[in-house]
Amino acid sequence: MRKEKIAVVGDKDSVLAFKAVGLDVFPISDEEEASDKVRLLAREYAVIFVTEKLAAKMEPLLKRYKARAYPAVIPIPDASGSTGFGLYGIKKDVEKAIGADILFNRED
Amino acid sequence: MTRLNVNPTRMELRRLKTRLKTATRGHKLLKDKSDEMIRQFMEFVKQNKRLREEIDDELSLALKGFMLARSVADGAVIEEAVAMPAVSLDIEATTKNVMSLDVPSITVKKADVSDMYPYSFASVTAELDQSISTISELVEKLIQLAEIEKVCNMLADEIEKNRRRVNALEYVMIPQLEETIKYITMKLDEQERSNVIRLMKVKSMIAERQS
Repeated sequence: MRKEKIAVVGDKDSVLAFKAVGLDVFPISDEEEASDKVRLLAREYAVIFVTEKLAAKMEPLLKRYKARAYPAVIPIPDASGSTGFGLYGIKKDVEKAIGADILFNRED
Repeated sequence: MTRLNVNPTRMELRRLKTRLKTATRGHKLLKDKSDEMIRQFMEFVKQNKRLREEIDDELSLALKGFMLARSVADGAVIEEAVAMPAVSLDIEATTKNVMSLDVPSITVKKADVSDMYPYSFASVTAELDQSISTISELVEKLIQLAEIEKVCNMLADEIEKNRRRVNALEYVMIPQLEETIKYITMKLDEQERSNVIRLMKVKSMIAERQS
C-alpha cells in the first residue's frame, strides 16, 4: 500500500536539509541509480521531490507518471540554484494543452 | 472523404442519421468540455508558475544557507545533527475531482512542533537553525506546488486527449456520416425514379397492346 509520505531524491548537499524537517531522504548523485530509485519509490510514496539536475536526465521516466494522480514526481531546485527545469515543465504543459506557448513569450 | 461501406437501404439510412445526431451532440459536448478545461488549466497554470518561481528563489536560497551552515561547521557534526529528525511530516493524500479527472489533493497533517530542531544548540551554528526553519516553512509550499503541478500535468494530458476526440469527430466521423447519408439518399432517389419510369413504361406498353 502507498505510504502517505514524501521522498526527496538528489545529491547529498541538497537533500540533507530536508531530512531535518522530517522527509525521507535518498542521497543519490548518479543518474541511473536515481532513475531506479524513483521507480522503486513510486510504488510507495505519494510525493517524490527530485532535484532538477537529476530530473532533467530522467525525463522519459517522469513522463510515465504524468498522467496518474500518484505519485507526484516534482523537480525542485538544488543548492546551486534553479536550472529552470521546473518552469520548463510548466511551459511544456502549456504547449501540450493549448498548442502554443502563451504564458511565457510575453516575457522573453 | 471516403464514405462508409454500407448497403444503401432505408434502414441503414435511418441508422446513420441517428449516429450523425449522436456524433454532432457528442462533438458539441466535448468541445464545451475542452473550453472549460482550458479555462481551468489557465488558472492552474498561472498559479503553478507563480508558485514555481517563488520556490525556485526561496528554496535555492534556503539550501544555500544550509550549505553555508555546513561549511562553517564540521560536516560530521551537521550530519549527526540532522540524522534523527524530531518532527515527522505526515500528509494525507487523497484525490479530488477536477473536470472528472482524479487529481491528487494533499493536505499536511501538522504535528505539533514543540521543538523542531533535532539537535542540541551547543554543537551547531545559528545559520543551521535559520535554514532549517525556512525549509520547514517551505515544505508546505512545496507540497502545494506538488499538488498544483500534478493537476496541471493531468489537465494538459486530458486536454490533449480530448482535442483528439473532438478532431476525430469533427474531421472524420461527421463528414463520413454526412457523405454516406448523402450517398444513400441519392441512391434511394435514383431507385425511386427508375421505379416510376419502369411503371410508366409498363403502363404505356399495356395501353399499346390493348389498343
